[in-house]
Amino acid sequence: MENVFFPVLSAMVFTPLLGALLLVFVDRENRPLQRWVALVTMAVVFGFALIVYGGFDPARAGMQFEEWTPWIPALGISYHLGVDGISLLLVMLTAFLGPICVLACWRDIRDRVKEFLVCLLLLQTGMLGVFLALDLVLFYLFWEVMLIPMALLILVWGHPARRVYAAVKFFLYTMAGSVFMLVGILVLYFHQAKTTGTYSFDLTDFMALRLPFRLQLWLFAAFGVAFAIKVPMFPFHTWLPDAHTEAPTVGSVVLAAVLLKMGTYGFLRFNLPLFPEASVFFTPLMVALALAGIIYGAFMCLVQKDLKRLIAYSSVSHLGFVLLGLFTFTLQGLQGSLIQMINHGLSTGALFLLVGMLYERRHTRMIADFGGLSTPVPRLAVFFMIATLASIGLPGLNGFVGEFLILLGTFKVRPLWAALGATGVILAAWYMLWMVQRVFFGEVHKEENRSLLDLVPREVGLLVPLVACMVWIGVAPTGFLKKSEPAVDRVLARVQQVQQTAREKTQLKPECLVSWYPADRK
Amino acid sequence: MDSAWLIPAFPFAGFLINGLWGRRLSKKRVGTVACGAMALAFLTALRLFWLLLQQAPDRRIWEPVYYTWIAVGEFSVRASFLLDPLSMVMVLVVTGVGLLIHIYSTGYMHDDPGYARYFAYLNLFACAMLLLVLAGNLLVLFVGWEGVGLCSYLLIGFWYEKRSASDAGKKAFIVNRIGDFGFLLAIFLTFWTFGTLQFSEIFQAAVQRFQPGDMVLTGITLLLFVGAVGKSAQLPLYVWLPDAMEGPTPVSALIHAATMVTAGVYMVARCSVLYALAPLSMGVVAAVGCATAVFAATIGLVQNDIKRVLAYSTVSQLGYMFLGCGVGAYVAGIFHLMTHAFFKALLFLGAGSVIHALGGEQDIRRMGGLRRWLPVTFWTFLAGSLAIAGIFPFAGFFSKDEILFETLMTGHGLLYTLALGGAALTAFYMFRLVFRTFFGESRMDPETAHHVHEAPGAMAVPLTILAVLSLVGGWVQVPILEDGKRFARFLSPVFESARGILAGTSEHGTHPSLWVEGALMGLSVMVALAGIGVAYRWYVADPQRPEKVAARFSRAYRWLLHKYYVDELYQAVVVEPLKRLAETVHEWVDRAVIDGAVDGAGALFRRAGAVLRRIQTGLVQHYALSVLAGVCLLILAALAV
Repeated sequence: MENVFFPVLSAMVFTPLLGALLLVFVDRENRPLQRWVALVTMAVVFGFALIVYGGFDPARAGMQFEEWTPWIPALGISYHLGVDGISLLLVMLTAFLGPICVLACWRDIRDRVKEFLVCLLLLQTGMLGVFLALDLVLFYLFWEVMLIPMALLILVWGHPARRVYAAVKFFLYTMAGSVFMLVGILVLYFHQAKTTGTYSFDLTDFMALRLPFRLQLWLFAAFGVAFAIKVPMFPFHTWLPDAHTEAPTVGSVVLAAVLLKMGTYGFLRFNLPLFPEASVFFTPLMVALALAGIIYGAFMCLVQKDLKRLIAYSSVSHLGFVLLGLFTFTLQGLQGSLIQMINHGLSTGALFLLVGMLYERRHTRMIADFGGLSTPVPRLAVFFMIATLASIGLPGLNGFVGEFLILLGTFKVRPLWAALGATGVILAAWYMLWMVQRVFFGEVHKEENRSLLDLVPREVGLLVPLVACMVWIGVAPTGFLKKSEPAVDRVLARVQQVQQTAREKTQLKPECLVSWYPADRK
Repeated sequence: MDSAWLIPAFPFAGFLINGLWGRRLSKKRVGTVACGAMALAFLTALRLFWLLLQQAPDRRIWEPVYYTWIAVGEFSVRASFLLDPLSMVMVLVVTGVGLLIHIYSTGYMHDDPGYARYFAYLNLFACAMLLLVLAGNLLVLFVGWEGVGLCSYLLIGFWYEKRSASDAGKKAFIVNRIGDFGFLLAIFLTFWTFGTLQFSEIFQAAVQRFQPGDMVLTGITLLLFVGAVGKSAQLPLYVWLPDAMEGPTPVSALIHAATMVTAGVYMVARCSVLYALAPLSMGVVAAVGCATAVFAATIGLVQNDIKRVLAYSTVSQLGYMFLGCGVGAYVAGIFHLMTHAFFKALLFLGAGSVIHALGGEQDIRRMGGLRRWLPVTFWTFLAGSLAIAGIFPFAGFFSKDEILFETLMTGHGLLYTLALGGAALTAFYMFRLVFRTFFGESRMDPETAHHVHEAPGAMAVPLTILAVLSLVGGWVQVPILEDGKRFARFLSPVFESARGILAGTSEHGTHPSLWVEGALMGLSVMVALAGIGVAYRWYVADPQRPEKVAARFSRAYRWLLHKYYVDELYQAVVVEPLKRLAETVHEWVDRAVIDGAVDGAGALFRRAGAVLRRIQTGLVQHYALSVLAGVCLLILAALAV
């Protein structure tokens, strides 16, 4: 069903860039036009994404809509894009959030609107490129390109107090991780050249390699550091609360909804299939850090006084679930992780939007400054409640599907891990509902809160699609899950193939670590 | 049977209408939509009930499957229902009692500004509860389970401006989550054991593949019971239910007495096959149930808030239901669930009527003599009290006595004695409530007394219907009579296989002679009458007596009054330490160590840069000198090699 007459993936990636170029020529004072240009561009991108989604063949595991052109043939670098079940939903999420983000900053950003929108569009190009690139140089390029507009968003439109600190921390921290990945990519490249004689950065070529075990360990670590920082995995998470707090609303939304997913996507796209034996070897460590992240992140939420910091720490906890699912090497765990990436994007994205709306009205994010808001802003309270419930995994909404599948897969491998992970579900109810209580319930005890304006139609309009998706995934996730299953299954097969040998090779017996209930009991 | 989905769909539609447009509709419309939705659900349920009765008893099972909800690899779970006599009884109770409480609410909540919101939540609750009882597999049941938990949270905290109300709602949700933790693990273990979550398939496989006493089944059933303990407010997770009384009184009647809190009992009964194969779990269920029954009853003895007495009484009665299930008397457990739904809903609504009449007063120390002003409320409340106390021929007599009887017959002498003692306590605290509220001199302040008024029609009619049900509801299951046990006959196909397993493992089946059964009944009634008698002597004949007793046993009295300090204990041992731990870790680990390392790394490079910067002095002589030094070093190195 790839009967599309134009390179739709390239169109999708570069339309935002084109839009950004177009914006340059729009008159600085004509802000409405600037906003409309950005909105239309984002909508067109989403249109392309819908074409891809519609034409995607869920039965095939491999890449679809592939585009391949030599780029720097001397070095074996090519321009290679493609989409499979793993990237499809993430691309959809990214494209879906594009117009919402433009709408969200419609009134919020008054200063340097044009530059803001240009950053946003460049960011969109970078993010889509990361998910679609199949050549590692191209991937790395998009990966780094995306950092710059994001850092600028924090640096220029952030909150004056600590924005420089947060932006520099974000930039340098992620950059430091990426450098390891760059080294990893080069090692991979030269190893391939040495063993096969092919000079290529193409992912499909790398996939054909059988890497020696010790090399795998080093490469897993090199790629892993970059991704772990991006996720962020405990204990690499401290840049996140700072970046979130200082970023403007839209920055937080994109950061939480899409950027963090690049870390988990990287693990699923590169680490698991390229270094399967190393993945098995590192499982105890990764699972330990994932579980630590779940519980630790949740605990940190309990003491936060700032709404954005609280939600940032809750992301640490939720992405712990995603990592946990990945390293179960079960289909349920992996599929759960993938859908949970989308879920987290939707619910946390919505939460950041809502906090942004509160901030716009009250110019504070401190929980103590609110209280009793259900009375002045009932509609906002309802949306906040729904996003909260999605985030704490209420069945019928999206979060449940992901958490359930992840824990189901985990339980198959080690019941104890699942039990520890499930405590995160209890804690999530605690910190989220406590926050809701302090913000929305009780008496209005500050005069300023009494006359707050409830949501305007534009705001309702951009929240409704998010809520609709939460319900959709919660009630009928099969359509989404089916699309990714073949691709995920293929990654899984690569790992499972070596699972036995890898364990023997390293004398690693996870049974002796934590054994509660034999894993392969039938 | 194809229309089973309509039963939860009607209240859901009501929820959508009132939730989205309720604020723009008149109160009358809102009430009509909500009650109409429940009435339609009730009528559909009646029609299905009638269809079910047309079938031969062993063919009364329908499993409509609607669509595949989640499917990943070998895991697949469908949105499906299971309609059998057990779920039918539950559906009828939920829709029937639910409808009455909806009607009552139109009167009770009439002046509340959140009228539409209230009915939206109430409809949503009904939808979730019906999903729960109709579920064809564990996961759909879990959806309903969490759904009712959400509605309970929203409705307890309905008056969200009140701190205590939003605290109570949050507490209910979190404590229930602790139970759900067990439930979730039970679902995982079930799936990886059986490869399915569909009830019919699990039960079939369990009978075929497992011997009684199997460890895996024991694990599953115990984990499920953790969930039940949370939802049905048993020891040690009962603490949320008394606080839940912060919600509007009809909510207490519907959710925290008649329906939601019985979900745990329903779930245990639904999984009767699994429990029958796990004798250890059965023992735990019986023991926890019995302990809770007595424990909560003792607290109920001294409480002064009319709703809190009823709340502890609910906890206690739920304990009786679990006791019934735990000794294998599933029919008796479900029977008590049904009669309890009638009389406890009645008692709560009666209490609501009193509170309504007194302008919000809930303290029985400031009531008294109300039967003169509130005759309908008084007589119906009395009927409910007689029913819960277990006086012949009220409904509670038949159901409670059957549980006690079965407990003794299965050889649980100790549990029987305790439960019988609990029955005496029940009779005492209920009639203490009746006497303090409706008898004696009025202790109201004159202002309140001036405004006292009998309930309006919308409230009086449900009270009357429930009073009648509290009287005749037990007659569907009359012991001794030849054709008396209709209820058991209707339900028995559901518990067939569980009974078969139990009959094989224990001394079930020895049926005593009729006069033993009669004598035990007499004993139960005597005990209840004794409880009432003591209450009469203390609170009517000699009103000074209770204070003297309290003074004499002051320490015990204080412990009871403060509910054994369990809330304080949980706060001090669990909640506060966790919060303090979080504070400490945040400050010392997250800020100081982890983030400190990040900032430290940055600072290190900055400092190193600051030091190295000095090398770049910009003076050519310095550079020439260092070149010279380098050359010397190289030469030395070359010579050394």
